Amino acid sequence: MEAQIVYIGLAAVFGMYMAWGIGANDTANAMATSVGSKALTIKQAILAAAVFEFLGAVLAGGEVTSTIRQGIVDVDRFADRPEVLIYGMLASLLAAGTWLLIASKKGWPVSTTHSIVGAIVGFAAVGVGYDAVQWGQVGTIVMSWIISPLTAGLIAYVIFASVQRLILRQPDPLAQAKRYVPYYIFLAAFTVTLVTILKGLQHVGLNLSIATSYLLATGIAASIAVVGAVAIQRIQPVRKIDKKQHFYTVERVFGVLMIVTACSMAFAHGSNDVANAIGPLAAVITVAQSGIVGNQSVLPVWVLMLGGIGIVVGLATFGRHVIATVGEKITQLTPSRGFAAELAAATTIVIASGTGLPVSTTHTLVGAILGVGMARGIAAIDLRVVGRIFASWVITIPVGAALSIVFFYFFMAVLP
Amino acid sequence: MANLLANIFGSSPVMPLEKHVDIAYRCTRELVGFFEAAIAGNWDQAKSIRDTIEELEHEADDLKKKIRLHLPKSLFMPVPREDLLELLLVQDKMANRAKDVSGLVLGRKMRIPPEIAVRFLEFVQRCVDAAKQARKSVRELDELFTAGFRGAEVSLVSSMIEELDRIETDTDDLQAELRAALYAVESSLQPVNVMFLYRIIELTGEIADMAERVGRRLELLLSH
Repeated sequence: MEAQIVYIGLAAVFGMYMAWGIGANDTANAMATSVGSKALTIKQAILAAAVFEFLGAVLAGGEVTSTIRQGIVDVDRFADRPEVLIYGMLASLLAAGTWLLIASKKGWPVSTTHSIVGAIVGFAAVGVGYDAVQWGQVGTIVMSWIISPLTAGLIAYVIFASVQRLILRQPDPLAQAKRYVPYYIFLAAFTVTLVTILKGLQHVGLNLSIATSYLLATGIAASIAVVGAVAIQRIQPVRKIDKKQHFYTVERVFGVLMIVTACSMAFAHGSNDVANAIGPLAAVITVAQSGIVGNQSVLPVWVLMLGGIGIVVGLATFGRHVIATVGEKITQLTPSRGFAAELAAATTIVIASGTGLPVSTTHTLVGAILGVGMARGIAAIDLRVVGRIFASWVITIPVGAALSIVFFYFFMAVLP
Repeated sequence: MANLLANIFGSSPVMPLEKHVDIAYRCTRELVGFFEAAIAGNWDQAKSIRDTIEELEHEADDLKKKIRLHLPKSLFMPVPREDLLELLLVQDKMANRAKDVSGLVLGRKMRIPPEIAVRFLEFVQRCVDAAKQARKSVRELDELFTAGFRGAEVSLVSSMIEELDRIETDTDDLQAELRAALYAVESSLQPVNVMFLYRIIELTGEIADMAERVGRRLELLLSH
């Protein structure tokens, strides 16, 4: 019994550390553009991010958490020695956490998703045995790392091309923006709500029929769009700053839309990344509590809540600083661009979350930004940096795996 | 966890380019006061205006170098990097010509013959107008980037460039008249001075030519 408490305690500490790191750093990606473009104040951004990261984690984080917990390793292999799975998951959390700490000190672009998946595959393949890894599932995950930025890029391209056609290239962009932006708000709210209802709500014990789900999503999205439309109508042109085409005011109209997409992005981020921290923790908790390793064990909602709280604490402690720094640097991502990138990325990530695929939110967002760039939307993208970001997982996976193997043998030797 | 998202954005050349054309224009604008002083024979004032012109030209030069430095080849932009650099170059040449012409006049303490003084000032003013219209056109660059170089904003800039062309044609006409007027009185002047007067007219006219080339460069951006 004492041993169990040690395991759960350690796992909780490591898991919460990961969640804290995710909240402190990665959340900025979702909210920084809204702050940079002054669509939200930093306080509002942190509040919105806290609410939607938490909701995302709890409502839609279940599938990916299941994948991390019991989709990568073949849990049946641990049936007769459940403590090995506990050591491995502890080692994975510690390895990913350590690697992320080093990388962030050095300023390297490293994904939490790649670190944790690499770590789990590492301890299982080397510490337990090559066939302890569900390679088919791992293959699918790796494929999703390639497909998710591409999908997000494609969606972003289509969305932004439609914005150019319908609004930016018209003789009176301001009138066109006021007319069409509410529809984009509807689209953003609808996508996230629908995927959440269809894929997420079973985890909190709600089962709705398909028709009810669509109706509910339409209703929620329509009400958000109406509120947005009212806010948009109030926006008046600023004569001093505006030129003939009123693009300055047009961007402020898109700013309203961006509040919605930023919340979607925070939601999507919470739904996918909470698993990186909480998936291994969940595995440790269920095994330690029951002493058995089972595929059927249900994921307790409070574990997801714990992850959500960790992310919010990270956001509250360090998020402010990171959001402010990033917001200053990405002023090129004005609301008309930022919303397209965020909507595309959030849609892609939420669908991945619903499918149980752990993807990299940063990679997906970068893919979406490139999509906007392809539609001639961004003045200057540094392709060297983009290349470095995408190349990072090639190094992250072996390092995460190697560290995890070391920690695994350490725990095997030290822990009871 | 390191946040590299912020770093994927290169520094946008748009606002610096607009700032550069503004400096270049302000540099040429000083020529009006400079020639008024020169015609009045007030060389102290001419000297101080010439200092301002030199200062502005330096400022434009520094900004030009800075913009180039921040436009590495790895940047992915909606328009070719080379075209933006060419635009920058011709903008810079407007300032260069203003410096050249004022330096020459001050160095030789050149007197503009009273017979052509009014016409001469009119010509200078029109060349400065061309630079001003070039500035106005380049100042739409941020709006062009916003609109993605298509649609209504492009028509707006096209009409600005047409106006720029009209002004440049004006300066050509004025230059021809000015040469004719100088030709009519040149026998009463020192031959060396006359040669330099023709040179001054030519250099001043080049400011309008450069302004027109700014328009051509912008047009190239529009056609992408």
